[in-house]
Amino acid sequence: MPTPPRSTLTPASLLLRAVAMLYVGLLVLTPVVIIMYRTFQPGLDEFASALSSPQALNAFKVTAIVALSAVVINTVFGVVVGILLARYRFWGRRLLSALVDLPIAVSPIVVGLALVLVFGPTGWFGPFLERHGVVVIAAKPGMIMATVFVSLPLVVRALVPVLEHAGMDQEEAAASLGANAFARLRRITLPSIRAALTYGVVLSLARCIGEYGAVLVVSNNIEGQTETAPLRVGNLVENELNYDAAYAITFVLMIVAFIAIGVSAWIRRRRVE
Amino acid sequence: MGIEVRGVSKRFGDFVALADIDLTVSSGALTALLGPSGGGKSTLLRIIAGLEKPDLGTVEIDGADATRLNPRHRNVGFVFQHYAAFTHLSVYRNVAFGLEVRKRPKAEVRRRVHELLELVHLEQFADRLPGQLSGGQRQRMALARALAVEPNVLLLDEPFGALDAKVRKELRDWLRRLHDEVHVTTVFVTHDQEEALEVSDEIVVINEGRIEQVGKPDELYDRPINQFVMSFLGPVTTLQGQLVRPHDIEIFTQPVPDGIPAKIVRLQRVGFEVRAELDTDGSWAQLTRGQSEALNLFPGASVWARAARSRINIPLESTV
Repeated sequence: MPTPPRSTLTPASLLLRAVAMLYVGLLVLTPVVIIMYRTFQPGLDEFASALSSPQALNAFKVTAIVALSAVVINTVFGVVVGILLARYRFWGRRLLSALVDLPIAVSPIVVGLALVLVFGPTGWFGPFLERHGVVVIAAKPGMIMATVFVSLPLVVRALVPVLEHAGMDQEEAAASLGANAFARLRRITLPSIRAALTYGVVLSLARCIGEYGAVLVVSNNIEGQTETAPLRVGNLVENELNYDAAYAITFVLMIVAFIAIGVSAWIRRRRVE
Repeated sequence: MGIEVRGVSKRFGDFVALADIDLTVSSGALTALLGPSGGGKSTLLRIIAGLEKPDLGTVEIDGADATRLNPRHRNVGFVFQHYAAFTHLSVYRNVAFGLEVRKRPKAEVRRRVHELLELVHLEQFADRLPGQLSGGQRQRMALARALAVEPNVLLLDEPFGALDAKVRKELRDWLRRLHDEVHVTTVFVTHDQEEALEVSDEIVVINEGRIEQVGKPDELYDRPINQFVMSFLGPVTTLQGQLVRPHDIEIFTQPVPDGIPAKIVRLQRVGFEVRAELDTDGSWAQLTRGQSEALNLFPGASVWARAARSRINIPLESTV
């Protein structure tokens, strides 16, 4: 990617810079700094005990299980659909491509409600599944489904341009050299999309850890059971009015997000080189 | 033996890429598929490799029907115009690929890869990535990779098309010498008539999905069966309603039997040759510098032109 040349200091560029700095500063930087300040204002002991409470530990555990499961599903699905969209021309391809992007446009609350309507106790499949011992709503399966749904496009959209750019030449060469489909996937396709896949997975992980709306609706928000870290923050603020503990959990979530952004930026830079 | 293509047709939507193609490629020969782009030659090559399925017809490789065979079972080496190098693998691993997926013993792979790298003069680049090689080196690597599995047939799709003129020429000579050593049945696609004439044992001229003519380079050059083959294989001009090669036009400064009076419009020197443009229906004659000087030609000079006897010329169709 060509980087634009460093511009000289014209009044216009200075003005643009000032506007951009002010905008990002007000919108992003100020809240972040305030949260950091409030997190450590009560002292390190308060911070440590807020994070080590049983509810907090359970919330982190639930978040880890739900987010990691969703990322694994997204990765497999993302590779399959990415290859399908980039390499094959079939009836309904445009529709599939549009549907993959749908979660970006739909509010997560709506996603949650839709899942409740389908899998809830009075929903289409809910009673049937419950008779067979599968509980979706107010349990981890539903939370994982909701999380998968909202982060669906992230892996696919990271892979499709890279797959399209790579083209079919290497695959065809490998086929003519005797490699079967599995060997081609393992030896050619996956190594050539490795950077893009890592990028998509990291973004997807960040999104899954932070998901609130869809999970709120499908989980029934049960403390100590289906309460994820973001839900815990919401409950601490709204019901228990325990702001200090809320800031402590928020701080941890924020650090994870920073690490994810740092890793994806590093991958992107390496890819350009 | 060799390759037998019978009754092969292929369409892409409404576009007819190949129409009822019959072709025999003899075993051990170096055959060129020559024609303008979009004429169907690459499609034919890809059908032989199994990378494209024919709508109709059959393909036999070394006596066995390969029409329904997956590319990976055809034992065909394929070289792509844009190299198709495995960008994440070293030169060594690229060449070793076919042997590794065949699960050959490590020692055998090592021996064979080094043999091939030596053959294509890339021994010292074994540990490099393809991105660190020049275009010509990458294509030699691709050739070694294709030869590593000891294919029955080597297929090359415009192999030198992405290279600059000097490297093209070198690789072309080198391919000819390599083929003389290895003797594998080889088919290569090109739109460059000079390349086809210089390198191949046999040329198949393909245009608009059909085979126009098949023959040895000299046969095609000296006895083209139609205007298309004649004009595709070398320079042509017209003289008195005949399509002739410009080097077959004789120029005289005195009247001669059958000579057509003309005036020289322009003299253009291109290296060792001189192109004399005449004022009769856009004809031009190709002379050597020596001939031009001996005749003392200059723009505006009156001359007599005629087609050399016993030379091929084809009557112009009225549509052209």
